Amino acid sequence: MFRRLVQKLRLGVSSLMLHKLRSALAVLGILIGVTAVIWLVALGEGVSYQAQQQIKDLGATNIIIRSVKPPQESSRAGGSFFIEYGLLREDYERILANVPTIRRAVPMRELVREVRRMDRVLDAKVVGCTADYFALNHLSLVRGRFLADLDDEQLENVAVLGHKTAAVLFPYEDPIGQTVQIGADFYVVVGQTAERTASAAIGGSLEAREYDTDVYIPLSTLRWRIGDMVVTSRSGSREGEIVQLSQITATVQDLDEVDPTADVIRTLLEKYHKVADYAVVVPKELLRQAEMLRMLFNVLLILIAGISLLVGGIGIMNIMLATVTERTREIGVRRALGATRQDIILQFLSETVVLTGMGGLLGVALGFLCKPAVIAIRWGMQRILPDVMATLPANIRNLEPRITLWSIVVAFAISMVVGVVFGLYPARRAAYMDPIEALRHE
Amino acid sequence: MSNASSPAAATGRKCVARIVQLRKTYRLGNGLEVHALRGVSLDFQEGDFVAIMGASGSGKSTLLNLLGCLDHPTSGQYFLAGRDVSRLDDRALSSIRSRYIGFIFQSYNLIPQLTVIENIQVPLSYQRRETPGGRERAIRLARLVGLGDRLHHRPAELSGGQQQRVAIARSIINNPHIILADEPTGNLDSATGAEIMDLLEALNRAGRTIIMVTHEPDVAARAHRIVRLRDGRIADISNNTPLPAS
Ligand SMILES: Nc1ncnc2c1ncn2[C@@H]1O[C@H](COP(=O)(O)OP(=O)(O)OP(=O)(O)O)[C@@H](O)[C@H]1O
Ligand SMILES: [Mg+2]
Repeated sequence: MFRRLVQKLRLGVSSLMLHKLRSALAVLGILIGVTAVIWLVALGEGVSYQAQQQIKDLGATNIIIRSVKPPQESSRAGGSFFIEYGLLREDYERILANVPTIRRAVPMRELVREVRRMDRVLDAKVVGCTADYFALNHLSLVRGRFLADLDDEQLENVAVLGHKTAAVLFPYEDPIGQTVQIGADFYVVVGQTAERTASAAIGGSLEAREYDTDVYIPLSTLRWRIGDMVVTSRSGSREGEIVQLSQITATVQDLDEVDPTADVIRTLLEKYHKVADYAVVVPKELLRQAEMLRMLFNVLLILIAGISLLVGGIGIMNIMLATVTERTREIGVRRALGATRQDIILQFLSETVVLTGMGGLLGVALGFLCKPAVIAIRWGMQRILPDVMATLPANIRNLEPRITLWSIVVAFAISMVVGVVFGLYPARRAAYMDPIEALRHE
Repeated sequence: MSNASSPAAATGRKCVARIVQLRKTYRLGNGLEVHALRGVSLDFQEGDFVAIMGASGSGKSTLLNLLGCLDHPTSGQYFLAGRDVSRLDDRALSSIRSRYIGFIFQSYNLIPQLTVIENIQVPLSYQRRETPGGRERAIRLARLVGLGDRLHHRPAELSGGQQQRVAIARSIINNPHIILADEPTGNLDSATGAEIMDLLEALNRAGRTIIMVTHEPDVAARAHRIVRLRDGRIADISNNTPLPAS
């Protein structure tokens, strides 16, 4: 049985070799269809994987509550040029006290300040935080230690430098034990973090976060030494912002607690905030965005793959009909020599399947070119249309296709199925010829 | 069932095929009917060598196609290997062809993309049971028909006579009960035709039953019996040579 199958397939291959060019053209549609399936799945998977990585980065079980400057110039300070807005330390206490699903909440205050070391200056992002912040953001050290709870309790003037901050302020020396100056105060450097890639933005509500130009100091120290107010000079006039906390990151235990907890937090904050001077962001949201994009790819996939496989299938059928007509005599001979209709059907069907299978294999081979192709296209776009590239969303700009085994299996299987489906009609036509007529055929 | 035209009873030989009142009527699209065979009865014994002659359109090919189980008779019976095969379905007829019948055609009808040895083996691939040593057997038959040195040639690389030799080897690889040949020398010059007839004669001497359609009297002269058809009826049966003793 198996030997006969092998024999049939060999026969199929040898018949196809008779018309190499014709066969090659016939499988073009299949080839494109299979390649399209693999590419589009790879792109969709890339988007999804990217989103998952980013969520891992931001923490899927995290809820990020950020201070947002309200659009209208209202102020609780009462008509002064100071705007007070955003999350309050009381909010932090309230959230901790009232939302039982929260396992941990990490408050943070960030502002841009000039940081000095002798004659070296850097506009760094000064981040007031607690010990938990480092673990939360997956920061790791190259030197020294992170901030400790004790630093916060005792209002220590200590700092941990981000990778780039350290490189700029201490190009030749080990920064540990040295001092840096922020405003009028000096801080002893106790640690330096490793380089870290920026985290993802979530729509308009959460910007991408760079970590390398950070300076971390204890949150209480920041409040004590720098205060809540940030004064900016703008075209002669001075403007101030009073913000207590820039962000609170709340962590829940389970993924399905994220959405309800976020809702509870929103309701809680609504009670105490007259204006929307905060935003509650869920990293899980990224997944939804990615799913949207993947859906888009899937629609494209179904369209392109469907059309090319249909066209490919019709091409195959056309070729096979021509082959059957051309080989009418052979069919008659085989029937006379004892072939049943089923034998004839199997013969032509296996020929078609060999044909589409070869197209499928070539398509799979081209499928593996997805990654280089994306890299080449990106490189070309960057060269020719840098403006267009800049307007593309980050998750498309940085897309890394991920070829998956299942897409290869599915694409190849589809090519086989196309072979069977579109080969059946020509094969049946061959099998149901009258053997006598077929033998007389010129 | 035996009648005057049946020498089976006389010789006591085993009857391999028998047709009784075989009719074949073709209905044309315009309602006209063509009576290709109008009741033909014949017996064929083991080791028989029959030539069928007759004018063009007299029904020779029609008869041979019915004997070859390629078609159903309109009426009448056909006994092959002891059973009536005239009403079998397509699948059963295929199996009968594969087991009991060998075909030789006027235009050789080898499969162009296959080599000599592959062509000879084609009937084996349609046998219900797999034949062990099929390849060896094909090589032996190729040698038998004098093509031992052409095993891997394709039909296009062979002369007409050589192609017909391949077809003869192909027709006997399944050990058929009867070999049917429709004008086997029709496409060949007389010398090559004579060689082919030598080969068929040799096969017949080795015990094979051969039924052959021909137009040429000197080809027909090689057979034991000559059946003449006229307008779908047997006009005359003549015995050339007595059957060799069994
Ligand atoms: N498929 C068919 N449809 C209609 N008529 C047919 C068909 N096949 C044969 N005939 C008719 O049956 C008759 C007998 O044909 P057949 O082919 O048996 O003749 P033949 O004796 O083999 O002739 P030739 O020597 O020319 O080969 C002819 O009149 C032919 O036209
Ligand atoms: Mg004829």
